[in-house]
Amino acid sequence: MASNASSASLPRLRVPWAVVGVTPFMVFALLFLILPTLFLVVGAFQDNEGGFTLANLGKLWTPTILASYWISIKVSVASAVIGAAIGAFIAYAAVSGGLPRWIRPTIMTFSGVASQFAGVPLAFAFLATLGRQGLVTLFLSSLFGVNIYAKGFNLLSFWGLTLTYLYFQIPLMVLIVTPAIEGLRKEWREAATILGASNWQYWRHIAGPVLLPSFLGAALLLFANAFGAIATAYALTGSSLNIVTILLYAQIRGDVLHDQNLGYAIAFGMIVITGLSNLCYILLRVRSERWLK
Amino acid sequence: MKSNRLGHWLAILIGTLYFVVPLAATFEFSLRKLRGIYSFEAYRVVLADPQFQSSFTFSVGLAVVTIVFGMAIIVPMAYFVELRLRKLRPLVEFVTLLPLVVPAIVIVFGYLRLYNSSSFLPLTNSTLSTNFLLTCGYVTLALPYMYRSVDTGLRAIDVRTLTEAAESLGASSATIIWRIILPNIRSAMLSGAFLTFAIVIGEFTFASLLNRPAFGPYLQLIGANRAYEPAALACMAFMITWACMGIIQVVSRNAVAARP
Amino acid sequence: MSFIEISHLKKSFGPNTVVHDFSLSIEKGEFVSFLGPSGCGKTTILRMIAGFENATSGSLHVGGVEMTNLPPAKRNVGMVFQAYALFPNLTVAGNIGFGLKIAGKERGEIDARVAEMLELIKLPDLGDRYPYQLSGGQQQRVALARALAIKPQVLLLDEPLSALDAKIRVSLREEIRSLQRELGITTVFVTHDQEEALSISDRIVVMNQGRADQIGTPSEIYNNPATRFVASFVGTLNLFEARVVDPATGRVSIDGQPVLTARDISTYGIADEATVALRPEALSLGGGDGDRNALTGTVEEVSFLGAVIRVRVRLREARVSLDIFNDPALDLPKIGKPATVSFKKDDLLIIDRH
Ligand SMILES: Nc1ncnc2c1ncn2[C@@H]1O[C@H](COP(=O)(O)OP(=O)(O)O)[C@@H](O)[C@H]1O
Ligand SMILES: [Mg+2]
Repeated sequence: MASNASSASLPRLRVPWAVVGVTPFMVFALLFLILPTLFLVVGAFQDNEGGFTLANLGKLWTPTILASYWISIKVSVASAVIGAAIGAFIAYAAVSGGLPRWIRPTIMTFSGVASQFAGVPLAFAFLATLGRQGLVTLFLSSLFGVNIYAKGFNLLSFWGLTLTYLYFQIPLMVLIVTPAIEGLRKEWREAATILGASNWQYWRHIAGPVLLPSFLGAALLLFANAFGAIATAYALTGSSLNIVTILLYAQIRGDVLHDQNLGYAIAFGMIVITGLSNLCYILLRVRSERWLK
Repeated sequence: MKSNRLGHWLAILIGTLYFVVPLAATFEFSLRKLRGIYSFEAYRVVLADPQFQSSFTFSVGLAVVTIVFGMAIIVPMAYFVELRLRKLRPLVEFVTLLPLVVPAIVIVFGYLRLYNSSSFLPLTNSTLSTNFLLTCGYVTLALPYMYRSVDTGLRAIDVRTLTEAAESLGASSATIIWRIILPNIRSAMLSGAFLTFAIVIGEFTFASLLNRPAFGPYLQLIGANRAYEPAALACMAFMITWACMGIIQVVSRNAVAARP
Repeated sequence: MSFIEISHLKKSFGPNTVVHDFSLSIEKGEFVSFLGPSGCGKTTILRMIAGFENATSGSLHVGGVEMTNLPPAKRNVGMVFQAYALFPNLTVAGNIGFGLKIAGKERGEIDARVAEMLELIKLPDLGDRYPYQLSGGQQQRVALARALAIKPQVLLLDEPLSALDAKIRVSLREEIRSLQRELGITTVFVTHDQEEALSISDRIVVMNQGRADQIGTPSEIYNNPATRFVASFVGTLNLFEARVVDPATGRVSIDGQPVLTARDISTYGIADEATVALRPEALSLGGGDGDRNALTGTVEEVSFLGAVIRVRVRLREARVSLDIFNDPALDLPKIGKPATVSFKKDDLLIIDRH
């Protein structure tokens, strides 16, 4: 009461600090994240005069562009699926008992580093390892007489890129999925066992289904992660492997196509693909968090 | 049980090999520059290259500016969202996740179209404004990581009680953020900062398409033209990433230890 | 031979022996509680009965069959864990029917049994819910139904009520007891809460550092604690080091004041030390007439606990707490005033008999 009266008698401009504090961020996000994205999305549906059209999206259905989307999807799916499977197994091995205590934190730290070790340096590392003069290549040919390049291996190919991407995909999977695996409670196994279940039945009916949303969600995140990547592929293959990010890069550079609305359409297609996979990831995560609460 | 443990060891062993062999191979390769002997010649050449020095300095500077600028807009936002504007949280979560959804190359494409020399805000006209645009791009890239670490830090302390206690002593909002909140989330901010540093230092897409002489495009250029120097650079890049992650570990461990 | 026969069970984790030479016989249909402080080995014994831990030595028979080294899946026991441990990906019905499904029972049979169990735990309409949609008390009832659905020969409960709040704890423990009576299932119940153990058990095993200090009915445990540990863990006893004055007549001195006990202390010598105990509810303020013993001192503290008022009286050296019923007509004792505390000679317990 008293404070009400005094603030009424002393009319003072109250600065809405909360609004002041939040505004710069909102303006920034609008200018440098939302507007640029919207601009491309809108542009994808416009012709040169600014009228509405679906023609740009239609032009995506040309062999070159479809092929580049396709190879991107293939590399992303392969590196996501393999990365998810191996990463989950390593995480499980590190978390479930039986190994010395120091293994777990060591693996987590190392995964933190390796998951960020991407881009141009990663390409260099794999060239030095599996390139024509790479250590492993030379090692295999001098020790076992196996020339992997003569056998059809090429680092600048689908499998080469997938193998390279796995270097950050596996650790990323370890980082994402470890909390979910740690969420598997020891009592679930014991309760299942005492109700007569074998180890396989426990995995088939309980642990597998409980982990599945987290596993799928993480795999989708890995997919989006690989799909948007460019630097590693560009440094590794130049333009010889025409994944969609490299196609768009070339388009922006003005090397090919000469059609900026088509560029918007390519970008739009990428947003749709990564957006969908992220959406599924979020839905799956919500579900698994509800369970593991 | 026994065979089970063997499988676990095997998984860890194969995983370790997969991650250590490329590093070892890269290091070995980087020493091969002089025919017949191992030497650090490739490192010497790289370090003596004036372009290396200038691009590396440029990227370090950019990373520092990105961290300061990013924190300057994220910390107050996260603080007030936690304190008063809880309703905004879903929106903020969505916005900060966007950079993981929209690929970097798409974002920079948008910049080029939206802020080119003939647009309403021609940021690509001068070197200075292009650098600013690049910084904004990096803040955007780092947004998910910076926000997450700051938010984690804020949730770990009781923002509301701290603020009310400080307000009852007559402190202003700016004072509270600067003197009370920041010191308490310092380690969370440091984690976000070093992660940002690791991301920015070798970034290629933004710098290349905005035509700035950063470290990432320099790496790519060397890779296209030299044989042994790229391996030396990869080793150095790995050391930098390792150092950043190592510092994050130490910082967050100390933070846990310091908590009562 | 009893239904469950545990003999000379011992369990060591590396150099630490956490269960020493533990023997116990349990009759069919009996409800036995393990009571003791945290870390005394209750869970470890329960887990050995379930088969999750292998005994270092000793043996376990159930229904005349040796079980010491049988894997858990083969023992046909039901277990309820402290933190519910329901399978999060299965509905309530799925959880309850899990054991039957694993056993390869037919769909119709499973459904009927699940419906019966849901009826039994009074949650007939919640079969389609998921565990995260239930309250803690409901989850624990489902866990109970899941354990009972396979018609186990023994039911094991490891602190099943500790995670619940006070009101539900009491109502659920009564429910567990009446279910157990109805089904006649042999039950081992682990708890660190003495009131819980006293209220629902046929017999209680008071555990102390991996050993059974006393095994007996609730009233035996409460009225005749065998050791100092049992006396102090069960109930809020007043313990004194008394000196024996005359073993033949039962005269001892507490804090220098002579009192009589009805218990047999003829095995003690004159001037021996004996640990004696008085329960707060056996004491009253004032009096000392007839054959009641009396101790004098000054009122040190009065705390109002609702139905009862706890008064602490300082004797010369020792202190004694007593409970008096709350009566609005009564004047509360005044702190600092002299007071006399009296009790019947039957109520003076002798502990640590030689
Ligand atoms: N797997 C184990 N390894 C080593 N020590 C254990 C293990 N399980 C229990 N203990 C130890 O055994 C003792 C008894 O534990 P427990 O039976 O769980 O006690 P309670 O259930 O009575 O609280 C404790 O000191 C505990 O630390
Ligand atoms: Mg226990």
